[in-house]
Amino acid sequence: MAKVLMKGNEAIAEAAIRAGGLVYFCYPLTPQSEVAEYLSRRMPEVGGAYLQAESEVAVANMVYGAAGAGARAWTTSSSPGISLMMEGISYIAAAELPAVFVNIVRTGPGLGGILPSQGDYFQAVKGGGHGDYRCLVLAPSSVQEAVDLMPLAFDRADRYRNPVIVIGDGMIGQMMEPVEFKQPEFPPLAPKDWATTGAKGRKPNVVNSLYLDPNAEEHLNNLLAAKYEKMRREEVRFEEYNTDKPYRVLLVAYGTTARICKTAIAQLAGQGIVAALLRPISLFPFPNEKVLELGRKAEFLMSVEMSMGQMVEDVGCAMGHERPVYFFGRSGGNVPSPEEVVAAVKARLEGSKS
Amino acid sequence: MKTLFKAPEALTKAATHYCPGCTHGIIHRLVAEVIDELGLRERTVGIAPVGCSVLAFNYFNMDFQQAAHGRAPALATGIKRAKPDLICFTYQGDGDLASIGMGEIVHAANRGEKFTVVFVNNAIYGMTGGQMAPTTMPGQVTTTSPRGRNVKDVGYPVRMCELLSSLRTPGFIERVAVHTPQYVVKARRVLKSAFELQRDNKCFTFVEVLSTCPTNWGKTPFEATKWLEENMVPYYPVQNFKHYEEESPKSQTPNSIEGVGHAG
Repeated sequence: MAKVLMKGNEAIAEAAIRAGGLVYFCYPLTPQSEVAEYLSRRMPEVGGAYLQAESEVAVANMVYGAAGAGARAWTTSSSPGISLMMEGISYIAAAELPAVFVNIVRTGPGLGGILPSQGDYFQAVKGGGHGDYRCLVLAPSSVQEAVDLMPLAFDRADRYRNPVIVIGDGMIGQMMEPVEFKQPEFPPLAPKDWATTGAKGRKPNVVNSLYLDPNAEEHLNNLLAAKYEKMRREEVRFEEYNTDKPYRVLLVAYGTTARICKTAIAQLAGQGIVAALLRPISLFPFPNEKVLELGRKAEFLMSVEMSMGQMVEDVGCAMGHERPVYFFGRSGGNVPSPEEVVAAVKARLEGSKS
Repeated sequence: MKTLFKAPEALTKAATHYCPGCTHGIIHRLVAEVIDELGLRERTVGIAPVGCSVLAFNYFNMDFQQAAHGRAPALATGIKRAKPDLICFTYQGDGDLASIGMGEIVHAANRGEKFTVVFVNNAIYGMTGGQMAPTTMPGQVTTTSPRGRNVKDVGYPVRMCELLSSLRTPGFIERVAVHTPQYVVKARRVLKSAFELQRDNKCFTFVEVLSTCPTNWGKTPFEATKWLEENMVPYYPVQNFKHYEEESPKSQTPNSIEGVGHAG
């Protein structure tokens, strides 16, 4: 199929439709409202369901209801809206429902601003809602990758019966890039024989997250933990860049920041400094073993983020005390420039000499 | 031999956990009888709330989803939008619907979502142990209004039927009671109308049921029915608030919106 030039938010919307995400609920919020605008036109054309809800709290619970009835349900929002959805996401995880949440991250905390940020890493990766649960978290670094990850997100949501978060910063949502819609093939999925579709000729199905018996609750927690363990084994995704030759510095960055790091690596090469990049695509599960393997070949690691330092904690955790792990980031909607990354790397290199 | 009386198929054989004298059991039974009578059990999804009826899925013999506190109308919206052929009802208490779920119920009603709401109003938070609800009566003593509900401090009880009736969209709104056999018979008829309207894909349907809570009211079951009659019925009139009527295309023009004057 020929490439088309599309804005990230619209491309995500179209990719979801092509992946069968035909039930969509939303609440307007910058910088992702174009998804809703696009789908309000497009969903009726493809026989899907589109509804603008009264709040993000309601949105997440509409997704719960529709997913519980067996639909491929999803939504998009941005940081403050995703905070409001956390109740629903916790319930969806507990009730083991498949659903996809796209977070086009803006700055925070609080109302923050509408510019790009990666400040929701902790919220996406560590839980965000209450209780012992995890979401599979996928982080595209281009519009094309966002389009490619949407079918995967829906497939994995169904396969694991678990919420999947696709996390892109405002840049991914707002940028226009040429995209191609591929139709990836996945192994067949199990029938949704747990869904509430009417108890015709079978025992009633109950979609539930209430467990008053401590042993029953612990049993659920164990089931969920086993699922997350399987994700850790089978769903780690990353990109290595410039790691095929000896390097002094390993940058770790995801999303838009990873693209900036690639430019910084070229600039560093011009100054005779070899740096490499590890770009996590899955933020949960995090590529811990890859961090360790690649980190050992470097003098130090640097996590580059549009935040005050969140993923750096996971990089540090994966690396242990074997190598220093540093952080460089900008926040407030400021996007780090390649020059700033270069300067941060050089400052650490010079610091390690003294 | 003709069967005159039997347990509804739409109820399980489980013994309920409801307190003696509580009218949840009657309301469950009426909903189940109506679903059976209309032949809807195999295509119905119920939504259990947070509150005393959180375990409703153990008592209704049909598919169920359990909602977060107040969010049952959002779940029902999701279900009906995704699968319009299913029949869906929420079963919600007054804390769930009229307090934490006020946003969800008002907007679901205003969109005209085609599900049925069974709103059980017993003027108190039951499951959490008798705290003040938005529907608690003036002067009523609860564990969080130990000197009685002070309307100067926390306002008057919320009348949900009246509030929702101010919206143009919702098609069927009625308040019933179940503390005497006469009221029970009427309540069953009203619930049946609501499910019929949903089955025919007509409108949003809302049935408020005045209910007793002897345990948390600190009364015997008999005293509780008397208290309901003397205190709740005068404040919460048992009546129809909205009959479903087909809208003519003309009535949908902006100038004919009720309460908006014609230009010129």
